[in-house]
Amino acid sequence: MAAFLLRRFLASIVVLFFAVSLTFLLTRSLRGGPFDKEKQGSAQVQEAIAAKYKLNGTLWQQYGAYLNDLAHLDLRVSTRYRDWTVAEVLGQKLTSSLLLGGIAFVIASIFGVLIGAVAAMRRDRWIDWGAMFGALLAISIPSFITGPLLVAVFGLWLGWLPIGGWGSVEHLILPSICLAAPYVAYVARLMRNSLLDVLKSDFLRTARAKGLGEAQALARHAMKVAILPVVTYLGPLAAHLLTGSMVVESVFNISGAGSIFVNAIQNRDPFLLCGAVVVYCVLLVFFNFIVDVLYSVLDKRIRLYA
Amino acid sequence: MPEAGKAPFISRPGGWAIVRGNRPAMVSLIVLGVLVLIAFSLPFALPEELKATSSGTFLPPFTRDAETGHMHYCGTDKNGQDLFYRLLTGAQVSLGVGIVGAFLSLIVGTAYGMISGYFGGRVDAFMMRAVDMLYAIPRILFIMIFIAVFDDVFKDWLDGARLWAQEAGWRSAEEGARALMPYSKVLVMIISLGVVEWLTMARIIRGQVLVLREMAFVTASRAMGQSGWVILRRHLLPNLSTIILTYLTLTIPAVILDESFLSFLGLGIEDPAASWGSLLKDGAQTINPLDSKWWLLAFPAIAMSVSLLALNFLGDGLRDAFDPKSTD
Repeated sequence: MAAFLLRRFLASIVVLFFAVSLTFLLTRSLRGGPFDKEKQGSAQVQEAIAAKYKLNGTLWQQYGAYLNDLAHLDLRVSTRYRDWTVAEVLGQKLTSSLLLGGIAFVIASIFGVLIGAVAAMRRDRWIDWGAMFGALLAISIPSFITGPLLVAVFGLWLGWLPIGGWGSVEHLILPSICLAAPYVAYVARLMRNSLLDVLKSDFLRTARAKGLGEAQALARHAMKVAILPVVTYLGPLAAHLLTGSMVVESVFNISGAGSIFVNAIQNRDPFLLCGAVVVYCVLLVFFNFIVDVLYSVLDKRIRLYA
Repeated sequence: MPEAGKAPFISRPGGWAIVRGNRPAMVSLIVLGVLVLIAFSLPFALPEELKATSSGTFLPPFTRDAETGHMHYCGTDKNGQDLFYRLLTGAQVSLGVGIVGAFLSLIVGTAYGMISGYFGGRVDAFMMRAVDMLYAIPRILFIMIFIAVFDDVFKDWLDGARLWAQEAGWRSAEEGARALMPYSKVLVMIISLGVVEWLTMARIIRGQVLVLREMAFVTASRAMGQSGWVILRRHLLPNLSTIILTYLTLTIPAVILDESFLSFLGLGIEDPAASWGSLLKDGAQTINPLDSKWWLLAFPAIAMSVSLLALNFLGDGLRDAFDPKSTD
């Protein structure tokens, strides 16, 4: 276990290093600097501003200094939101994204597994066809169509729910449905295929031969194995959903973390962008770790290694 | 032994028969064929006044323009342009970006996967760790950064080429560079999408090659002294063709989605050019409680959903028929 943790830790440091390096170097090589949009002072003033934000020297010197700061867990100050550190900006923007993404994640995993399992058990019946057609529909229609559609129907036409904004429970309903819909579909398809595989397997025939009813065989034996591919998929999905969605946030007028990515590129704000990438990678590594642990709990044959 | 040179076909026998028997997949194929045909032919046949901007802005569907007398079946937009015409040109851009981008990702992914799988060992381990690492990077973010980086570079390069052609006195080259200018964003977008979207393809191809390279016909051709390159090209590639076709079909909708996503956020196609994503962006902006211009949202949404659904149905049908690992 200790060896597993150590190797995992080292591997995630490498991933983080490459992701941050690529982000930083590419953002810094974009045309235009972070301070181009404001009044241009004398050369000395510009020099002083660059030095204040540690953007002086060659690209490689800046890069080295930034990595050094990161190693000391300092995400630096945003070049756009001057009085804010990157950590503060991220903390503020992430609260709404974490809540929304968390709800969407729960919806996607619960409904996805349920729909997929029901479809597999009623294979080739109308409920299976219907569920799989619905799933393909949900995958094919992007959130920037479902979003405005939900707003038009439930917000404007029926007037049941607010069309956007943030504050109450009602504000959460439409965006979380919009965010979760395609992932419910992915999980349901994965679950269905995996359960169909398991239902054909020998150990389940044994369980049935032992005299277990179909429901019991499913609950005691099949589900545990069939859910493994879904668990693998849910790890990266959690990291993806929790770091916000640009489209859902823009459609429902929510101030969340998804917009950081777009705005930070347009504002040439290298530190904020790298900070967001760090958060994403850390979440991803964390959830993949949880997935590995869950795996060894669900399937005793799997030991933690690598 | 001339027979040993011919690679036996190892995917599931009768794959094409399975596809032909799959009704949703065949209907999808027809729908897509008709769509591509219309999108790439009809816009040239429409009258010029219909394509131009006019004073008849925000006309609802099935109204006749009072000035020109043209019927607008899908209504008009904020510039008085016919929405049906814009939908068709949008389809050209969306489908074009999807197909070319997916093709690019296919070339990168197939080459990468084949090399990794065939050489195996340390090469394979290293190349696959690199893919794992790239998976950990937020995909859409890098597409956005790449577009921002390449767009400047490419515009400069085009400008340089135009000036150079001007000096050299090559009128046609100069005209060409000038004509390409508005499309530079589209080209850059295609390249960026292709450069980012190949990871899944590489993994799947590598998995197949790992199986194929252990088969007797590969050993036989190696024993006959054929080089690794020839084996890859002559023996492995034909056996991978159906899998490649399947994942090409499934990558096209993914690239179309990415493109429309970027255009929806205002980072992709810019006016006057249009794609389904940029049309949807315009449509979503007009939604308000007082006076909804519903057609500006509804028609692009229908066009896009139908084509993505058809592509996914077709891709699923192909996968069921050809991917040995997929469950039926």
